[in-house]
Amino acid sequence: MAFYLTYLLIGAILFGFIAGFTLFAVYSERKIAGFVQDRLGPMETGRYGSLQTLADILKLIQKEYITPAAADKVLFAAAPVIIFIAIFLGFAVMPWAPGLAPSGLYLGLFFVIAIISVDAIGLLMAGWGSNNKFSLLGSMRAVAQIVSYEIPSGLALIAAVMVAQTLDLREIVVNQGIQTAEHLLLAGIWDVTDIGGLFAWNVFQAPHLLLAYVIFFIASLAECNRAPFDIPEAESELVGGFHTEYGGLRFAFIFLAEYAMMFLVAMIGVVVFLGGWNTPLPNIGAVRLADWTTGLVWGIFWTLSKTLLIVGVQMWIRWTLPRLRADQLMSLCWKVLTPLAFLCMAISGIWRVWVMV
Amino acid sequence: MAFQLNDTPPYQEALRAYEARLAAVGAEEMVINMGPQHPSTHGVLRLQLITDGELVKEVIPHVGYLHRCFEKHAESMNYGKTIPFTDRLDYLASMNNSHAFVMGVERMLGIDRKIPKRIEYIRVLVCELNRIASHLIAIGTYGIDIGAFTPFMWCFRDREHIMNMLEWASGSRMLYNYIWVGGLFYDLPVGFEARCSEFVRYFKPKLPELDELLTDNQIFISRTANIGILPADVAINYGCSGPMLRASGVKWDLRRVDEYSVYPELEFDIPVGKGEMGSKGDCWDRFKVRIDEVKESVRIIEQCLERLEGPLKRTADFDPRALVPKKVNLKAQDYYVRAENPKGELGFYFVTQEKTDIPKRVKARGPSFHNLSVLPELAKGVLIADLIAILGSIDIVLGEVDR
Repeated sequence: MAFYLTYLLIGAILFGFIAGFTLFAVYSERKIAGFVQDRLGPMETGRYGSLQTLADILKLIQKEYITPAAADKVLFAAAPVIIFIAIFLGFAVMPWAPGLAPSGLYLGLFFVIAIISVDAIGLLMAGWGSNNKFSLLGSMRAVAQIVSYEIPSGLALIAAVMVAQTLDLREIVVNQGIQTAEHLLLAGIWDVTDIGGLFAWNVFQAPHLLLAYVIFFIASLAECNRAPFDIPEAESELVGGFHTEYGGLRFAFIFLAEYAMMFLVAMIGVVVFLGGWNTPLPNIGAVRLADWTTGLVWGIFWTLSKTLLIVGVQMWIRWTLPRLRADQLMSLCWKVLTPLAFLCMAISGIWRVWVMV
Repeated sequence: MAFQLNDTPPYQEALRAYEARLAAVGAEEMVINMGPQHPSTHGVLRLQLITDGELVKEVIPHVGYLHRCFEKHAESMNYGKTIPFTDRLDYLASMNNSHAFVMGVERMLGIDRKIPKRIEYIRVLVCELNRIASHLIAIGTYGIDIGAFTPFMWCFRDREHIMNMLEWASGSRMLYNYIWVGGLFYDLPVGFEARCSEFVRYFKPKLPELDELLTDNQIFISRTANIGILPADVAINYGCSGPMLRASGVKWDLRRVDEYSVYPELEFDIPVGKGEMGSKGDCWDRFKVRIDEVKESVRIIEQCLERLEGPLKRTADFDPRALVPKKVNLKAQDYYVRAENPKGELGFYFVTQEKTDIPKRVKARGPSFHNLSVLPELAKGVLIADLIAILGSIDIVLGEVDR
């Protein structure tokens, strides 16, 4: 009994976190957009507009469920749930702090990549179920895009996994800081096992992983349909893309899933490449900065702040760049990112065999 | 061959061809209705796309959703009363519209040479301000069409200053009714010139910022270069004008060709498309021509301000309504007047009648309508995303397409 209660509780906490994060992220996205665009953003509801998203959510909750007459009722109703659950489940294996992860899974990374892919099915259901031509085109684009971009992002992650030698996300994080049992070398030369901090992160342990991280970051933008890869919901072309027909709470769920996805992919990048909950501060001789800033609370703090920083970069990019065209998106994926990711993978193999002996 | 009353009207023939085309849509094809309520048809334009997946095979535009009977209005009231209706043609460049209309009436009256220089310079000043405002909208909304939202807001921020200034001069933000037959509604407000030069000082450094953000952006270039290439001969055959025609490499600007108003006294260049990023006459060229025209308009404004603050300074006895006729008495004649609007050549064809100040017929030639007519030609075999890019680069205002 206690077993089930614990898992329900963890689920509830994670859901609460995602909902809270979405509230915060929508507000901050508007404020960032306002800053980039030389305007104020929301200012009226609450102090500095801080209650604006809450008011929006309230409005969405009150709205009527509208199902188009010609829609496939089952698919239409199920799609937002599937989209959200696929992403929500991804959080199950993410480590937050030393010894703190909702679920200890030895195939954690594999699980995340697999479960995020279910998202594509949800998008297809939404587009097909709406029985709207714009939705259909949007969902076709979304699936083509997500399936394609899973390849470079997966390969980039594999490059890191080959260096880390494990798919367990908890283990991957531990091996990027002072708590590791292994020997950590900065760029394969300088032993930083005791120094830790920034230098022990995967991207600095093996410099080619920096490239792998950039590939992963670009691919992850495409996977969560963010600008400049937001062609599935390209507002100026397809009105709303796959969620054109959605309103009310169903739309809120799609929206929630989008922001949860942003956080999730940013967090995967942080965990695999940027040290996860490890502190960026190194030990300098007697000044044991890394030791002092490692722990449960510190872990949560570093994970959150790194992830939010990456989410901020995602927002910054969204409000700066125009949108690519579908075929350009594909050629970027297949002609640039995939070969580069393969290259990273090859270097990882060489690195593991010859440098990290 | 003249059209006889008992013949089938030509539009029915077109209608039948259209119905036959829709009936022949195959199983591989899909008809998508884009508009009249669509984010990037820039108003209430309706496009029927016959597509194969994302590939547009054919575009059938439907216009008329914003028809407001301008020409009928013009037939039922006198020339002065029609000016506010001209404002509503291309509502983003109202000053230019009324300037063209007023110029025609003045030429028919024969008073166009007697208009004081100060009035002409003020007209050119407000027209060029309005041209900048119109182009800023074109540039900004084009950014949105391509998926960049920020340039739109930056353009609106700068346009707001122009709107405020013109509101100060005329009392209205968008539909000014400021230029009257024989003069102006009122002289410029005291301090307008100073505020305008302040705006120019503020605005000049903003254009390079916009270039960095959008014009030279690699994604933007890859979305617009080599897309929707409009060769010069096709542009001329379809009656395109304005930036649309100039981007195809034709140096045709009525401000220079017709030398109307005081434009011969002003120094400015005519930007043409050079195909810098792709081919001549592509979407990027059209966009770039607008950006360059904004720069040229700033130059014109500077010269106007220089003269309005110098030799043509305001005097106590200056009356901008001195030449405004009580009643426009014209002899029966046909007269065509045209002017360079931000969108292209705006023309008015007057058929006047004796002993009344109400014209028999006024035909407005809206540049947007003629520019839009080339869309089905440009949009054959492009992707839906490119269709939006092409439509945005044409820069239509539905108020003028439908009149």
